[in-house]
Amino acid sequence: MSTSTDIKPSKGQAPTAQSPADTTPGAEALTAAPPKAQRRASRSMYQKHSKVYPKAVSGTFRRLKWTALAVLLAIYYVLPWIRWDRGPNAPDQAVLLDLANRRFYLFVVELWPQQIYYLTGALILAALGLFLATSLAGRVWCGYACPQTVWTDLYVWVERLVEGDRGERIRLDQGPWTARKLGRKALKNLIWLLIAAATGGAWIFYFTDAPTLLGELARFEASSTAVGFIALFTGTTYLLAGFAREQVCTYMCPWPRFQSAMIDEDSLIVTYQDWRGEGRSLMRKSQSWEERKAEGLGDCIDCFNCVQVCPAGIDIRDGLQMQCIGCGLCVDACDEIMTKVGRPTGLIKFDTQTNQVALATTGQPAPTHLIRPRTILYSMMMLVIAGAIAIGLVLKPGLDISVLRDRAPLFVTLADGTVRNAYTFKISNMTRDPRDYTLAVAGLTGARIAVAGEEQEDQETQQRLTAAPDMVATYRIFVTAPRSSLQGASQPLTFRLTSANGETATYESVFMGPAN
Amino acid sequence: MAQKEKDALSGVETTGHEWDGLRELNNPLPKWWLYIFYVCIAWALVYYVLYPAWPLGKTYTKGLLGYSQREEIVAKLAEGKKAQEKYLTAIAAKSVDDIQKDKDLLAFAMAGGRSYFNENCAACHGAGGQGAKGFPTLADDVWLWGGTTADIYKTIQHGIRSDDADTRGTPGSGMTAFGRDGILKPEQINQVAEYVLSLNKRSTDAAAAEKGKAVFDENCAACHGDKAQGSLAAGMDVGAPPLVQANWLYGADKATIVQTVTNGRAGVMPAWSKRLDDATIKSLAVYVHNLGGGK
Repeated sequence: MSTSTDIKPSKGQAPTAQSPADTTPGAEALTAAPPKAQRRASRSMYQKHSKVYPKAVSGTFRRLKWTALAVLLAIYYVLPWIRWDRGPNAPDQAVLLDLANRRFYLFVVELWPQQIYYLTGALILAALGLFLATSLAGRVWCGYACPQTVWTDLYVWVERLVEGDRGERIRLDQGPWTARKLGRKALKNLIWLLIAAATGGAWIFYFTDAPTLLGELARFEASSTAVGFIALFTGTTYLLAGFAREQVCTYMCPWPRFQSAMIDEDSLIVTYQDWRGEGRSLMRKSQSWEERKAEGLGDCIDCFNCVQVCPAGIDIRDGLQMQCIGCGLCVDACDEIMTKVGRPTGLIKFDTQTNQVALATTGQPAPTHLIRPRTILYSMMMLVIAGAIAIGLVLKPGLDISVLRDRAPLFVTLADGTVRNAYTFKISNMTRDPRDYTLAVAGLTGARIAVAGEEQEDQETQQRLTAAPDMVATYRIFVTAPRSSLQGASQPLTFRLTSANGETATYESVFMGPAN
Repeated sequence: MAQKEKDALSGVETTGHEWDGLRELNNPLPKWWLYIFYVCIAWALVYYVLYPAWPLGKTYTKGLLGYSQREEIVAKLAEGKKAQEKYLTAIAAKSVDDIQKDKDLLAFAMAGGRSYFNENCAACHGAGGQGAKGFPTLADDVWLWGGTTADIYKTIQHGIRSDDADTRGTPGSGMTAFGRDGILKPEQINQVAEYVLSLNKRSTDAAAAEKGKAVFDENCAACHGDKAQGSLAAGMDVGAPPLVQANWLYGADKATIVQTVTNGRAGVMPAWSKRLDDATIKSLAVYVHNLGGGK
């Protein structure tokens, strides 16, 4: 929100500062005000990091966040341990990304490398899901589901358990290095490292059989690759969740930079109702709310609770900001205070900008349009992609063939004048059983097939081929045709492979001969 | 200190730089990012000390760890050679036919043979043995000196009309230059060419072709066989190709045939047993035999 440029043509002349009072209150809510941190006295090219000490808070959104955290972490840690019977000679891990053997197992789905386009589909689906969620309710992904948020939340929780809440932590950090401080810090970092190691450990369980690997790890027999990856993910988890935290969201992640393109005036975003809250002022016991109102003061009692609970360390009262991860903890914090002081809750709430402008200008709420062209379009696109993936997976054949024509020589003229082409023929048998197939070609009169290396290289109109279960069988196939059946230098040739139980795969190739 | 300047719209401090009325805003980089830059510099310094880094004329700074990619590749090559050893020993010990029967050895010999072929043979015989004018196609079914594994092995070992003692075909021999040496008159050459074309049903002068048969029987049949079936089919080992077929080494048109009869032909091939070891030659024989024309 701080990228807009002053377009005044006057050179070297200080721009006339526009007073915020010049704008209407509603419009001001839309134009994000700059964070206070950037209005500093001296000009520096580097920004000092000021540590954020999020205060504990309770409420609806905090409960939602805990629930999301529990569910997501449970999925992450438990998923590799779910067993799934695929029959003999197949891994029984429900989710296994077997890179060494080039197979992805996802419950009933088994993917071969050539089907990696399903990953493309899944990524497109994920991106559209992100767009849809953001256009509906702002950065809920950032606030609730992003691993950075989830692990940071977990780490802050540990920090709070060991060192106490915000005030105690600040005092501890500012205080001298006592034995107590050392002990607390050591304990916190130890727990952090354990969580990090568990995170790194769980990560590699997705890529190899989890029980086997755990046994190897316990006996110190695991490969250096496994240990290396655990170390890598331990290190990154510890650094990113323990120390980098909101800096990742502000400086490393690209998403906040283009979130403004995903939200519009009908998206539910975390909003401070400034028309209701301003002018903010501390509450005096002697003063009633009526008296406050008469004085021109708003509902905000400037308690800074919303700032203290914020994991990004921002002041939501400055308006929509790039740093805001949309977690809504400030909503909980403010509601708690409003209830205490006897004012209606919702001074900070998830609301649309349309509604805010309407409330500020006319006092009447505007309808919320969750269903609008943008969200309909995202949903439709998601449905189409999901449908395509589902249909693809349901109809996924157990047989795939690939034909690669020899280029040197392009063709061979035999002594009797017939023309022969050679092909590398691959059968992917994606089933768990050995298969017998019949190969035939179509599109070329009098074409005969021979298989290189077979005991009898007889030229037949059909050839029997076999493929072992879950394997790719490679054959070299010779196709021979009389010169008279060639229509030119190149003609289409269709390979058709039929298995004994009726599966069929075809491949369009070409047959080349001398140009006439 | 200069007067602080703030952008009116965003309230962000400017750096004071301005281009065509556009002012640069100062959105400062976090300090820790700067520190990472310093860490990278420190990393580079450590790297200079530990690893090869700076060129010094003909040499370079070696680094304390003594790491060398060249030594690494040499070690890896040695490792690879060691892994190949058991296959190479088995290939050297077995006949080419037996190699073909062993699935593992066949795969190994094919892979090796392919690269040996590209290194040594493809220059004349073409990639994949596709051949060229005067250099036989090895993927077809026409063989001058035999297409069995034993024949191919022997040909690669000793060459054709080469300086090897066991070479196939006498050195300096070849097809007689019937025209140049004055054995046949131009008219007879025309007749015999028409006769050869007539064997392939391509003659345009039946009378000449008929006369040519006598010329053929007298001069050509000794090597090419009485039915022009080639020396191999006629049970001789002189490398005379069959003349009733579609696959011509030098060209099937009449002009080429006349030229061939007039000036003769004598293909040569070097003996490879002096340059390549036995396992390599056997691998090559397996590869060539499996190009598609092996008998």
